[in-house]
Amino acid sequence: MAAEQPTTAAGRAHLFRPNQVLRGSLGGIFIVLGLASIVLALGMLVYLVLDVVLRGAPWLDWQFLTSFDSRFPARAGILAALAGTGLMMAMTLALALPIGVMAAIYLEEYARESWLKSFIQINISNLAGVPSIIYGLLGLTIFVRQLGLGRSILAGAMTMALLVLPVIVVATQEALRAVPSSIRDASLALGATKSQTIWHHVLPQAVPGILTGNILAASRAIGETAPLVTIGALTFVPFTPQSIMDRFTVLPIQIFNWTSKPQAEFHDLAAAGIVVLLAVLLTMNSIAIVLRQRAGGGRRR
Amino acid sequence: MAADLFPEHNLYRRNRARDLRERAIAGVLLAAALVGGLTTLGIIVALADDTFRFFSQVSIVEYLTSTQWTPLFSVQHFGIWPLVTATVLTSAIALVIAVPLGLISAIYLSEFAPSRARSILKPALEVLAGVPTVVYGFFALIVVTPVLQRLIPGMSAFNSLSAGLVMGVMIVPLVSSLSEDAMSSVPDSLREAAYGLGGTKFEVATRVVFPAATSGIVASVILALSRAFGETMVVAIAAGQNPTFTLDPTVPVMTMTSYIVQVSLGDTPYGSLSYLTIFAVGTTLFVMTFAMNVISHWVVRRFREVYD
Amino acid sequence: MVRVSDTSATDGVLGGLMPDLRPSISSPRGVDRPDGRDEIVDPVIEVDHLDLWYGRKHAVGDVSLSFARKQVTALIGPSGCGKSTLLRCINRMNDLIPGVRVQGAIRVDGANIYDRSIDPVEVRRTIGMVFQKPNPFPKSIYENVAFGARINGYRGNMDELVERALRQAALWDEVKGDLKKSGLALSGGQQQRLCIARTIAVNPDIVLMDEPTSALDPIASQRIEDLIRELAEEFTIVIVTHNLQQAARVSDRTAFMLASEDGVGRLVEYGRTDEFFTNPKDDRTEAYITGRFG
Repeated sequence: MAAEQPTTAAGRAHLFRPNQVLRGSLGGIFIVLGLASIVLALGMLVYLVLDVVLRGAPWLDWQFLTSFDSRFPARAGILAALAGTGLMMAMTLALALPIGVMAAIYLEEYARESWLKSFIQINISNLAGVPSIIYGLLGLTIFVRQLGLGRSILAGAMTMALLVLPVIVVATQEALRAVPSSIRDASLALGATKSQTIWHHVLPQAVPGILTGNILAASRAIGETAPLVTIGALTFVPFTPQSIMDRFTVLPIQIFNWTSKPQAEFHDLAAAGIVVLLAVLLTMNSIAIVLRQRAGGGRRR
Repeated sequence: MAADLFPEHNLYRRNRARDLRERAIAGVLLAAALVGGLTTLGIIVALADDTFRFFSQVSIVEYLTSTQWTPLFSVQHFGIWPLVTATVLTSAIALVIAVPLGLISAIYLSEFAPSRARSILKPALEVLAGVPTVVYGFFALIVVTPVLQRLIPGMSAFNSLSAGLVMGVMIVPLVSSLSEDAMSSVPDSLREAAYGLGGTKFEVATRVVFPAATSGIVASVILALSRAFGETMVVAIAAGQNPTFTLDPTVPVMTMTSYIVQVSLGDTPYGSLSYLTIFAVGTTLFVMTFAMNVISHWVVRRFREVYD
Repeated sequence: MVRVSDTSATDGVLGGLMPDLRPSISSPRGVDRPDGRDEIVDPVIEVDHLDLWYGRKHAVGDVSLSFARKQVTALIGPSGCGKSTLLRCINRMNDLIPGVRVQGAIRVDGANIYDRSIDPVEVRRTIGMVFQKPNPFPKSIYENVAFGARINGYRGNMDELVERALRQAALWDEVKGDLKKSGLALSGGQQQRLCIARTIAVNPDIVLMDEPTSALDPIASQRIEDLIRELAEEFTIVIVTHNLQQAARVSDRTAFMLASEDGVGRLVEYGRTDEFFTNPKDDRTEAYITGRFG
């Protein structure tokens, strides 16, 4: 700068010449942008749901829900898929819930800070980032082949149990952490053992959080397709599984199957299946939200 | 006296049964924890065996250098590149959508949105992540592709653009949520200092908070990429079944995940070379996503800005 | 509240010669030493050169003192002096904190509770604890009191036990109408009395109290103090308090702890409460009592 620099603040004032108009409006522009981004993303979801409902609703009837798949769209239904989904989900939760809760109890209440605890903890959180199809390969090798379970619903449930295990463990850990330590102190000071304290006091208070985690896990399990395809769930199943060793299909796979067909009627059928799937998920998550409200509002009994 | 109704106090008595029971309980719990902790190991073991068997029959040089993937044809080529480029292509398209939308949403939610709006919009975005991927696949193929076909001449029914776009929107909550968490953990004192200097909300958000949360934001982008790599159903339905080595978003391609699905749907005999291919591909995918996850954690740890 | 002297307050060896140790009555003979051990003929608890470390931090340094049977002993001192830590050593609650190391012994009726062969669970069945912030279980009042008894193998009539414990804790009249009400629905003072009830329901020999009234209002605190004097007829009580007036009102003996320059909590002075407050032996004690610090 050629001119001499003034030495007073007042003199220097002219060096600061913010464009206040621009500065002020940038914030407003950004708010619009931000809302637009969110609305855009949500808008796609809304459009998707509307499209699916419009396409699928005409096909949603009792016959749809109670028929097996068929080569003829008019006769096809999701009975086998519903049965398979229901059965598989129940089995998955029956496996994953106890193991997940027990693992979480161990990590939160028993394990001392050690390399083993960190190892287990890191591994569990890492698992959440593993692509679901890899679980399918794991299930294929170990459950289907090595344990000789074949492409059964049991192998499918075991695979899915591993998949949702981190969800349950993390949710349970959080629920356990939320129980104030004063309760544990009080129980132990009365001469209760650690397991008595956990069973009588800590767990009961953690139940709402555990249930929420359970529902989250179930939501995840219901929507997964890739791992089950990999372990050999069928895409055309004209029967409902009668035993845990039977072959099976699930709703997402049925949807996948119909979507991949060239005929437009099957696409509409797929849309109908999606409506059912979304309805189930909506119900489950609403229950989870209600539970979370209930838990947050105090656990007085 | 009440004392008679309790077992006698005796400090020296060691209740052996109770000790044993406590120890047994701890043991069972540990076993459960190990199931979770060893699953990664299980994955590695499950993949490794058949992967090694694959590479005993196919040269790893061909696998890593060839650009043709035709293991199911009579003339078999085993170059992984078509699958990898397809995965990278679809993921890149997805990130082009997800990162800007996700970051802008995150900044908006974290710094601009009034708390009532935030409490509605944030969970709403989470809903996006809860929709099963097969639904998005349907959407991509049945709704988005026809629209794209009208916009872009020569767009084929299966293509990576459609799948990538839908995947992008699907991943927005991941980027948005993680970035927002990173920005929320920037202490308010920094914001106050900036406001005190006369900064506008926009300037504070973009020049103070956002840079301060860089490590978390970068990590979220890497995790989003990892997620896109691992996505299966959207690409399996909408991107195609042709392992073409190309970067053209208008033609059918086959990602690593798509391939595994395709083989699983078929009747590939157990133990055959074609069967083994899914393990080689699976291992490749696992190694890539695992590396990305590790890197994202490392980024957070290494570059985490520490505030007193 | 003045209590008429009675020999049941102390053991039979010196029977009627052992007076009621209230501030207004003259002191018995005996040498006053910082650990007060010589004076107490039949201590129920003997702390013997106890040291405790939290990881690297040496929190309690070489503390030795004895607690008299069926009397109230107060542990006072500024925050950080180790009094709560010492208290928690007595029922081995410090075991629950990772990285804690204890050296020395604490003998309860002659048995060193830190001996390898002793089960901490048994220790806690003999020695109860009431905490600073009332922490009733989120269960009914009845269940709060009954829980401890159940897991301790109580074989009698539970209803009777619950009523007796609640009476002893001066809570019965207020809650007898609805024992199914949640323990959390009570006021702060009532919750603390409920905690006391559940502690004494399991018939401990000793009750430890860690600042039991610091979270309560003055009226509730007063009721608890009255209760403590009543309970001392049946239980040995050790109470940690930062309220000097409370210590003077409620206790028979007082021990003063202080963290030295090296941060280690040590016992400074220990004696009968009446003498302790009127004629402290150590300068530091006097400074603390007169409010010059802490």
